[in-house]
Amino acid sequence: MSSKSLHVLFDDDDNLLDAVKEVVKNKIYINEVYTPFPVHGLDKAMKLKPTNISIATFMYGCVGFTVAILMMNYIMIVDWPQNIGGKPSFSFIENAPAFVPIIFELTVFFAAHLMVITFYLRSRLWPFKMAENPNPATTDDKFLIDMETGPNLAKTKTMLKKFGAISIEVINNDQDEK
Amino acid sequence: MNQDYNFSSKVKIFSLSLVVIGLMGIAYGFYSAPSTVEEAKEIVANMSHGSDHGGESDHGGGSDHGGESDHGGESDHGGESDHKEVTLGGHEYDHDKHVFNQLHNKPWAAVYVPALFFMMISLGVLAFYAIQRAAQAGWSIVLYRIMEGITKYLLPGCIFVLIILGFSALNFNHLFIWMDPEVVAHDEIIRNKVGYLNIPFFFLRAVIYVTGWVLYRNISRRLSLKQDNDNDISIHKKLFKLSAGFLVFFLVSESMMSWDWIMSIDPHWFSTLFGWYVFAGMFVSGITTIALITIYLKSQNYLNFINNSHIHDLAKFMFGVSIFWAYLWFSQFMLIWYSNIPEEVTYFITRIEDYNLLFFGMVVLNLIFPLIVLMNSDFKKTNFIVILTGIIIIIGHYLDVYNMIMPSAVGDMWSFGPAEIGGFLFFLGIFIYVVFKEISKAPILAKGDPYIEESKTFQYYNLD
Repeated sequence: MSSKSLHVLFDDDDNLLDAVKEVVKNKIYINEVYTPFPVHGLDKAMKLKPTNISIATFMYGCVGFTVAILMMNYIMIVDWPQNIGGKPSFSFIENAPAFVPIIFELTVFFAAHLMVITFYLRSRLWPFKMAENPNPATTDDKFLIDMETGPNLAKTKTMLKKFGAISIEVINNDQDEK
Repeated sequence: MNQDYNFSSKVKIFSLSLVVIGLMGIAYGFYSAPSTVEEAKEIVANMSHGSDHGGESDHGGGSDHGGESDHGGESDHGGESDHKEVTLGGHEYDHDKHVFNQLHNKPWAAVYVPALFFMMISLGVLAFYAIQRAAQAGWSIVLYRIMEGITKYLLPGCIFVLIILGFSALNFNHLFIWMDPEVVAHDEIIRNKVGYLNIPFFFLRAVIYVTGWVLYRNISRRLSLKQDNDNDISIHKKLFKLSAGFLVFFLVSESMMSWDWIMSIDPHWFSTLFGWYVFAGMFVSGITTIALITIYLKSQNYLNFINNSHIHDLAKFMFGVSIFWAYLWFSQFMLIWYSNIPEEVTYFITRIEDYNLLFFGMVVLNLIFPLIVLMNSDFKKTNFIVILTGIIIIIGHYLDVYNMIMPSAVGDMWSFGPAEIGGFLFFLGIFIYVVFKEISKAPILAKGDPYIEESKTFQYYNLD
């Protein structure tokens, strides 16, 4: 059981992508990759599962759609029908055009807000949380792979150097440094 | 492997047979249309819903359709007959004359709807092409020759529309009642619009629009072909400037075209966002046509440089613009429904009462179906699903144009008979013939464009 891990720094996203592909090919586990911007294709290179957030968002939209219909039906038809502009006030379907903007807005509202909240929770982000990234340079112009050492540390290091790693730091997790 | 398209005899025979079948349908439509009021009476008596119609004579000559009876004076045809009643006298005669006009219009309207529809597909593609040029888009270069092929139909399409409008001006039909001086003389609302709605100015405007569109189309095509053998970057810059200028002209002229050629068929009614609404319809049907032709040519092994990211992008446009169209459709409908002003709301009352299934069915085809089917990213890159949705969208937007023209032209006497189907097939045949012939005339890849490599290697990052 390895208690050591590597923090490998890159200064170019293409080099990073190539290195990640090679690391995955050698079956060395990658804990996390920190990048200053989304790198297209990185999720595929890391063999991450495709996101399900679009399906979740669709569901949230359906919830908003239903809530809006039930709400407008209760407010405008069941609880307190009003005569607005001489329109029939006792039938949902005959009043439906007036409710469409509300239904649309609530669908968007539910889908958007719940999607963002889901994304935050799934990414383990919440207010006052301390930053997790091990190197502040990854918020500027550097890319960092947090990975296992692999069976042979020296060999791993050579391989990473070949792909343009600018620094490789060995982290000893037992002593809880950094 | 990058072979240029040959106009295959299969396509030629197919399109020409469509034209012949279409012509027979149109001829039958004109043959069976009544030429006198008595004949019209006989036709109505033989129709299954003739009895409904007879019942309306209780309302008197002023009303044409049940829904409009409350405000018969405001409806265009109703208004017309209201005044004629005074001069001609006799409710029965007046009602029959009205039905005669509707039945007499029917084959004309059946031809006018597809003539407009296919012309607008071509115009929508021209706008899409100009937007790609003006935005200096990278992904769509490989589709330029297909778009240029489709816009070739613009000139013949406009000429067909203008011929029908010309017949209308010469009083061969009663599609545009404001072209009839007798109607105008008795109609104060139309009289107040005569400064804009008069025959010479109408055709002057039409000539200006068509000249502007065709000029841009031909110049951009010539420059595009010149670029193939000439790596001069100045052609690219010239096309950029030309397209940006054209888009300004287009947005104004398209809006006025929709007032002239479509909205003035209901001269009492107006909608301030009608131009946008018509534009959204032509834009989505144009993009859909690009996708259909691209997938067809790819299946014939002509477009090997087109990958599923290009198809995915076209499908995204189909999805997005379908929603945009529905947004405008609903904005127009809801405001008029909500305010409930008699002059305006008759437009929708006619459609909901006499065209219920078509009117709402069209919204299902044009919004609900693409919304549900094309929402999934995997479906957008699947040729079969794009074709299926594309055909539905094309049918839906044909019905949209049908709904714009027919209620004012023929009232509740509408049907899908030989003339309607024949008209559609006739223009479809000519469209296919002209478009594929033009595609076969030039190299199928605009290889001189500075962005051509970007377009050939275009890859949407989320697709495999």
